Amino acid sequence: MQGKMAIVGDGESITVFKAAGVDAFPAEDENKAREIIRKIAKEYKIIFLTEELSRGNAQFLKRFDEEPFPVILTIPSKNGSTGYGEEMLKSAMERALGIII
Amino acid sequence: MARLNVNPTRMELKKLKARLETATRGHKLLKDKSDEMIRRFSVIIKENKRLRGEVEKELAATLKEFSVARSVTPAYQAEAAFAMPSVAVGVECTTESIMGVDVPSVAVVSEKRADGLPYAYSEITSEADFSVERAAALIPKMLKLAEVEKTVRMLADEIERNKRRVNALEYVMIPQLEETIKYIKSKLDENERAAVIRLMKVKNKA
Repeated sequence: MQGKMAIVGDGESITVFKAAGVDAFPAEDENKAREIIRKIAKEYKIIFLTEELSRGNAQFLKRFDEEPFPVILTIPSKNGSTGYGEEMLKSAMERALGIII
Repeated sequence: MARLNVNPTRMELKKLKARLETATRGHKLLKDKSDEMIRRFSVIIKENKRLRGEVEKELAATLKEFSVARSVTPAYQAEAAFAMPSVAVGVECTTESIMGVDVPSVAVVSEKRADGLPYAYSEITSEADFSVERAAALIPKMLKLAEVEKTVRMLADEIERNKRRVNALEYVMIPQLEETIKYIKSKLDENERAAVIRLMKVKNKA
């Protein structure tokens, strides 16, 4: 099935993707981002979310792990990576294997 | 370990033995499933790590470049230039199954590029063109990462659940059944011995 992509983040970080053909939704803070995602989760299959906004919404984003779609991917924003993606990988690894390799 | 609350009869014994056999077989199967899932998981997580590293580096560089590029034009003008994207990237979304877990599988299908960039060249600096190009080139990789990372998370959840099941069978179900079977057996044996003794006593009296 065909799906669309969206990116949620602060204005600076998402503009370039808008030009590249990804639908962009500006969000200033975590609550705004949560609202937007709730609204667009049905319509969009792939949603990119910047780290700053993902961090506070970890609990909310967890519910999307049950179904294959939508996929919500945390990406670094213009401020560079804070290592949050790495952290999430580690926690997944710890849950599954019991150790971090 | 507590034994089950059942009547010590032959019927129950037979039923419990069947249950024990099923539980043992189920335990073995689930354990095999768990092992295989963990094996797949460790392969995927390695790929995930590599991809994430690449994407994060590339993305940070692109965003920084773009930030600089657009800073020379007034903000409202830059906004206007990017307001109407002419490009639409679609993705083909399907699911595939890894050990019974439905995971997403994504592929880029259509890149409808009208004439390259969605704005007039006069609107913004050429450096911005490069960063848009770079961002567009990065999208397939980001999609791949999205797919892989979601797979990792779903697999991790499934492994956790499966582990719980294996442990419940191994440390609760099977010992319980074994103990109950033992109990019924000894009870039945005792009944039998009692019957024999009773018969002997009755015979002696006559």
